[in-house]
Amino acid sequence: MGELSRDAGGPVTSVPALLDRNAKAWPDRTAYREKEFGIWQSWSWAETRSEIRNLARGLLNLGVGPGDFVAIIGANRPHLYWSIPAAQMVGAVPVPVYNDSAAEEMAYVLDHCGARVVIAEDQEQVDKVLEVKAQLPALEHIIYLDPRGMRKYDHTHLHEFTHVQEQGHALRDELTAELDRRAAAITYDDICVMLYTSGTTGKPKGVVLSNRNIIETSKNSAEFDKLGAGEEVLAYLPMAWVGDFIFSIGQAYWTGFCVNCPESVETLATDLREIGPSYYFAPPRIFETQLTNVMIRMEDAGRLKKWLFDRFMAHARKVGGDLLDGRPVGGMDRLKYRLGEFLIYGPLKDTLGLGRVRVGYTAGEAIGPEIFDFYRSLGINLKQLYGQTEASVFITQQPDGEVRSDTVGVASPGVELKIAESGEVFYRSPGVFQSYYKNADSTASTKDAEGWVATGDAGFIEEGSGHLRIIDRAKDVGKMADGSLFAPKYVENKLKFYPNILEAVVFGNGREMCTAFINIDLTAVGNWAERNNIAYSSYQELAGHPQVLETVREHVEAVNRSVAEDEMLSGCPIHRFLILHKELDADDGEMTRTRKVRRKVIEEKFHDLITALYDGTETISTRTEVTYEDGRKGHISATLSICDAAVQPVASKKVAAE
Amino acid sequence: MSLAEQVLGHERDNEDGGWITADGRQIGAVMMEMKNITLRFGGVVAIKDISFDIRKGEIRAIIGPNGAGKSSMLNVISGFYNPQEGDVFYLGEKRPKMRPYEVARQGIARTFQNIALFEGMSVLDNVMTGRLNHMKAGVLSQALWKGRAEREEIENREKVEKIIDFLEIQNIRKKPVGSLPYGLKKRVELARALAAEPSLLLLDEPMAGMNVEEKEDMSRFILDVNDEFGTTIALIEHDMGVVMDLSDRVVVMDYGKKIGDGTPDEVRNNQDVIDAYLGVAHD
Repeated sequence: MGELSRDAGGPVTSVPALLDRNAKAWPDRTAYREKEFGIWQSWSWAETRSEIRNLARGLLNLGVGPGDFVAIIGANRPHLYWSIPAAQMVGAVPVPVYNDSAAEEMAYVLDHCGARVVIAEDQEQVDKVLEVKAQLPALEHIIYLDPRGMRKYDHTHLHEFTHVQEQGHALRDELTAELDRRAAAITYDDICVMLYTSGTTGKPKGVVLSNRNIIETSKNSAEFDKLGAGEEVLAYLPMAWVGDFIFSIGQAYWTGFCVNCPESVETLATDLREIGPSYYFAPPRIFETQLTNVMIRMEDAGRLKKWLFDRFMAHARKVGGDLLDGRPVGGMDRLKYRLGEFLIYGPLKDTLGLGRVRVGYTAGEAIGPEIFDFYRSLGINLKQLYGQTEASVFITQQPDGEVRSDTVGVASPGVELKIAESGEVFYRSPGVFQSYYKNADSTASTKDAEGWVATGDAGFIEEGSGHLRIIDRAKDVGKMADGSLFAPKYVENKLKFYPNILEAVVFGNGREMCTAFINIDLTAVGNWAERNNIAYSSYQELAGHPQVLETVREHVEAVNRSVAEDEMLSGCPIHRFLILHKELDADDGEMTRTRKVRRKVIEEKFHDLITALYDGTETISTRTEVTYEDGRKGHISATLSICDAAVQPVASKKVAAE
Repeated sequence: MSLAEQVLGHERDNEDGGWITADGRQIGAVMMEMKNITLRFGGVVAIKDISFDIRKGEIRAIIGPNGAGKSSMLNVISGFYNPQEGDVFYLGEKRPKMRPYEVARQGIARTFQNIALFEGMSVLDNVMTGRLNHMKAGVLSQALWKGRAEREEIENREKVEKIIDFLEIQNIRKKPVGSLPYGLKKRVELARALAAEPSLLLLDEPMAGMNVEEKEDMSRFILDVNDEFGTTIALIEHDMGVVMDLSDRVVVMDYGKKIGDGTPDEVRNNQDVIDAYLGVAHD
C-alpha cells in the first residue's frame, strides 16, 4: 500500500475520515486486539468502523453534539479507544483522563472542560465520578464499559456501553444521515482532542490539539521511521498521555497498524511477550525495571548460565551498538556476536518481549547510559526522542544510525528549533497546540505570535552533530552561591542510573553546597538484602539500614567524581544526603502522575529535613502525612541519619589555586 | 408461620416465604432444609438435634466457638458425613444417603478449610478440574480429541476463563499453585468451586489466616459471586466482623447445639450467643 492509496478518496482531515479510509483500504486487516478470557480477541478495520459508528449513533441519541466534551476514563481497552473517533464524529471533543487520578483530581479536570458525558471503564471509575458529581453541573450521562457490580446503581443517568451501541444500531435508519453529515463537517482545524498536562507546577492545563496537529505530526513521524500498516504496538501507557494518543490513535489511524491492548496491568509482561511488538515505546523507568529484573534473575541463575551471560554481554557491549549503527566490525567479532545472538541475546530479547522491535523509543526522562547501551547492544533499535504535549509529542528524535544516550536527537521533520539567550529551547512545528483551554494567559506566555513555543527546558545544540542536548528544566537551573551552574536534574539522573536508587531530589540553588534526598529501589535493594540475609519488615526499615546507607554513599561519591569531570556542572557535587523514610508518591502530591518530581511540594513538605541537611545535624526525627490509595490519610514517623559524602576537588578551581 | 416471620419479623413478601433485602437482592424459597440432625462419632455427639434452612439467593453463615460442630455441619450438607438421625431436604425432596460426588452433581460445591488444591498443577488446570461434572465425553472421544471432547473442552475453558476474569487471577493463570501465596490459593479454590456452576456454594473458613486487605478482597468476591451469579452461599467463619457484614442470616452453634438463628443484629443481641462467645460465670 503506497502513499497514493492512503490519500485516495479525497483529502483526509480528521480521525473519523482516516477510519473510513482504513475500513475501505484494509477491511479485513486487524485494527485492534485485546486479550480477554485468555485469548486475543481481534477486530478488523471494517468491524472497528461499525463498532465506532454504532457508538457514535448512540451518542447522537443521547443528544451529544458539537462543542460538547466527552471524558474517557480507563485503562487501554479497544472500546475506550473507539470512544475517541465516536465522540469526534458527532462533533464533540474527546478528553482522555488519567484513570489513576483520585476523585478530586478528576473533579478538577471534568469541571474545567465541562464534560457532558463520561465514558468510564468500570465500577471503580464510575464510583469516583459519582463521588464528585455534585461539583459537576454539566455532567449528564455516564457510560460504563464493564457491567460488573453496576446492576444495583440508579440508571437514570447511567448507560452500559454495549446498550448505547445497541441503541445506536437500532436507530441506524434514523441517525446515519445525521452522523455522516456531522462527520463530513469536521475540518482540519477543528479540535481533535484535549489532553491535560500533568503539570509539575500548579493545576493541570487542557492542551487543545487540532486535527491538523495530530495528522501532520503522525504523518511526519511515521515517515521518519518508515512505519507501515504491518506494525504491531502494545497500548499500555495511560490514554490521557499525549504519547499514547499519537501512537495508538494518530499513527495507528494514519498508517493503519494494529493496536494491542493487554489483559491487565499485572499480565503486561506476558502480553508483551505474546504480541512481540515491532514498534515500542516505554519511559526509561520501564527499561530500568526490566533491566533490574534481568540482573536479579541472573544473580540467582546457575554458574554456567551466569558465566555465559557475563561473557556474551561483555562482547555485546563491545560490538553490539556498532553493528546496530552499521559501523565496521571485524569478522571474528561478528561471528562471536552471531553465536551470542543464538545463545543469549535472542532468548533474552524474547523473554523481554522485545524480539521483534524494529523501532523503539524512550522519552520523558533521561535514560542511564548503561541501561540505554544494554538494550542497544542486544540489537534492539532503541532511540530517544524529546517531546511535549504542546508539540503533539515530537520536537526532536534520533535518526537510525545516530543514536546516543546523551542527546535527544535532531529536530523532527517539520520542526524548527531555536535556543534563546537564557538557554531555553524554543520550537515551531505543524504539531504546535492551539491553546490552553480557558487559560489565555498561559497560552500567551508559552506560545508567541509567530508560533514559537517555550519548552521550559534548558539545552544547547551540539556543534558538529546538530543534536539537541537537554540540561534541565529552565526554571530549575540556577546558580550556586559561588556563581557556578546548578542543574539538579542532571545530577539526579546520574544518581538514578544506579539500580539501587529509585528517585533523587537535589537541592542547592543559591546555597554553598548541594545536598540530596534519596529513595532506594525496593526491588533491587530488597533482593540484595535477601541474598545477604538482612531481615527487614518495611521500606522504612530497609531504607534506614546502615549497610544500605553505606552503599548509597558509594554511589553518591561515584556521581561526585563524574560530576567533577564535567566543566559546566562541576559546581554541584553532593556534600550531604539522606535516604527518605517513604517513597515519593503521586498520591501525596510529591510527584506528577507521570512520575516527575514536584520540587516545590517536596521542599515545603520536608523543609525540616532540608534544614537538617544544611545545619550539620546528624540525625533528625520527622513525621510525615501519607495518603493511601483509597484516599485515607495517615502518618509515619521516622528518625533519619544524614550522611556526608566525599567531594572531589573541582578541576578548574584546582588549576586556579595552583 | 414461616421462618421468615418467626425469626426475622419480616412480612411475608413473597408467596414462597422469601423477601427482598435492604440492598435489593431477592431471597427466594427454601433450598435446603436440615431437620433434627444428630451426628455422632462413637460416643462423641458432634451435632445435637439441629434444624435450620438455607434459602435461595441468601448468604447464610454458620458461626460458633472452636469445636462447636460447624465443619461437621458443613460436611453433612456436602454429603461427606451421613447423620445418624434427622433428614436433609434439598429442593423440597428428602435426600437419601449419598456419596459426596453425588451431592456435587446435585449442584453443591465447596472449598476447604486447609486448601485442597493440586499443588503441582497450574491455576488454570486446577480450576478446570471444577468442570469435571460438566464433561460428558467418553474415553474414546477424549483420546482422539474429536467431536464432543474438543467441543466440551472449548466450552469449559470459556467458562473457566470467565471465572478467572471475575476473580481477577489472570496474571497467575499459568503459575503452579504450589508457588502462590496463601491468600491467592484461597481465591483459586473459590474459582474451582465456582467452575462447577453450583447452585449452593459451601465455604469452609474462606478467610482464615488472611490479613485485613485479603479479607476485604475475599468479602467483595463473595458478595459479587452472590450478586452476579445468584449463587446461594453457606459459609463458616471465625471473624465475627466479616460474618456480620456479609451474611443475611446466621446460625450460631455451641457444643453441637444450635443456640441462635436470625439476622446478624438479632444474633448479636442474643444472650446465649454472647455467653457462648464471652463465657459465662457458672455457679
